[in-house]
Amino acid sequence: MNNWNDVEFSKEELGHYSRHLTIPEFGMEGQKKLKAAKVLAVGTGGLGAPMLQYLAAAGVGTIGIIDFDKIEASNLHRQVLFGVSDIGRPKVEVTKERLLEINPHITVNVYETQLTSENALDILKGYDVVADGTDNFPTRYLVNDASVMLDIPNVHGSIFQFEGQVSVFNYVDDEGNRGPNYRDLFPEPPPPGLVPSCAEAGVLGVLPGIIGCLQASEVIKIITGIGEPLAGRLFLFDALSFKTRTVKITKNRENPLTGEHPTLTELIDYQAFCGIPGQGQEAELNIPEVSVQEYKEWLTHGEDIQLIDVREPHEYEIAEIGGELIPLNTVLDHADKISRDKKVVVHCRSGKRSADAIRQLRDKYGFNNLYNLKGGILAWSKEIDESVPQY
Amino acid sequence: MATINIPTPLRKFTDQKRNFETDRQTLSDAIDHLVATYPGVKNNLLDEEGKVRSFIKVYIEDNEVNPNENGSVELSEDTEISIVPAIAGGI
Repeated sequence: MNNWNDVEFSKEELGHYSRHLTIPEFGMEGQKKLKAAKVLAVGTGGLGAPMLQYLAAAGVGTIGIIDFDKIEASNLHRQVLFGVSDIGRPKVEVTKERLLEINPHITVNVYETQLTSENALDILKGYDVVADGTDNFPTRYLVNDASVMLDIPNVHGSIFQFEGQVSVFNYVDDEGNRGPNYRDLFPEPPPPGLVPSCAEAGVLGVLPGIIGCLQASEVIKIITGIGEPLAGRLFLFDALSFKTRTVKITKNRENPLTGEHPTLTELIDYQAFCGIPGQGQEAELNIPEVSVQEYKEWLTHGEDIQLIDVREPHEYEIAEIGGELIPLNTVLDHADKISRDKKVVVHCRSGKRSADAIRQLRDKYGFNNLYNLKGGILAWSKEIDESVPQY
Repeated sequence: MATINIPTPLRKFTDQKRNFETDRQTLSDAIDHLVATYPGVKNNLLDEEGKVRSFIKVYIEDNEVNPNENGSVELSEDTEISIVPAIAGGI
């Protein structure tokens, strides 16, 4: 957003942006500010796909995109940047191609990596606005803390099934007043497993389209200085009831970044902060695992094995591999259905919930014959039986 | 009757109901009423001390309620209470 006065446009660019230029409040000044601006989108998925298309089309001069995922079939119902022929390609690579197709007058910086405490400050530094469209709590807190430390506004969007939230964090207004940040709103993340991810719980495909577009709108407002950014407020959208609300966010005096007695002066281990065990700690939990190949061999050799499926009934309807359905949140109530005198393999979609189920059953009832199916039903579909649908 | 808006992550404990109506007069009584009606909500909404968990905000109309003041917050016939949990989905 610096030096926007010196920005010039080619004839082609003026044609591209003509409908912006004719809005009196926006005009040439707004368009110059957009071209001078640098925006970093963290995540190029459901939220990033619509947001980035509009930011590129609108003429944000430099767009950074960070993501380490490759495109999968299960992305396509909402990640409208991608098509079937893109499956297996890196998201950032395809995103860059599409954005430059939409607008060749911009620059797209690509970071095909995971945002971590080690690289976040280096990557965010130099951007004017960060737009957070990630899918997990550790990265949410990392983006928040890094943007506060670097003094960058953070346009936040998050979704769950039919519900979305939007806010602008760490925004400094014309009078120098700094708005609240994510830690003011939610001082602590939920314990792992309590709030399922979109992969586990699903999401209405169009919902990230709505929320991602709202993020794009806030980014453009911040850059151009028009309107009132959604700072100090949280927008809530429920697609089912079409209820929308905008509630106030109050500052938390105990915020470790910006409260009365700040204690956070550098980035931390966000996996640990969110209660997610690191690799070493996971080994300490010592959950016995079995690969899908080993499990297949046990079956081939005729071993008597009980298979427990801890997913939800609606997931069972999509795909199943013959397990007895006992959803994770009821597993302790149905421990009597689980054998103690033979091998019991526990599975879910990817192996996380089943590990949690085994830990709970072991800690509460002392089970010592449970094996986690590594990679869950997804691994079974990929490596053993392609006819089992992936979701 | 005051109304509590149930957020999506808690609806699997409320038979997918999006609203809960209560005739209780204070916020803490209203939350107790919700939890008594749908016991599955309890562990996900309240901590061991019975306080609203720190990743959940409670709003009356557009204003955040201080979790320590739940007992003294009086409800009227048309009070709308929103439970807003942190959600992280995005991709």
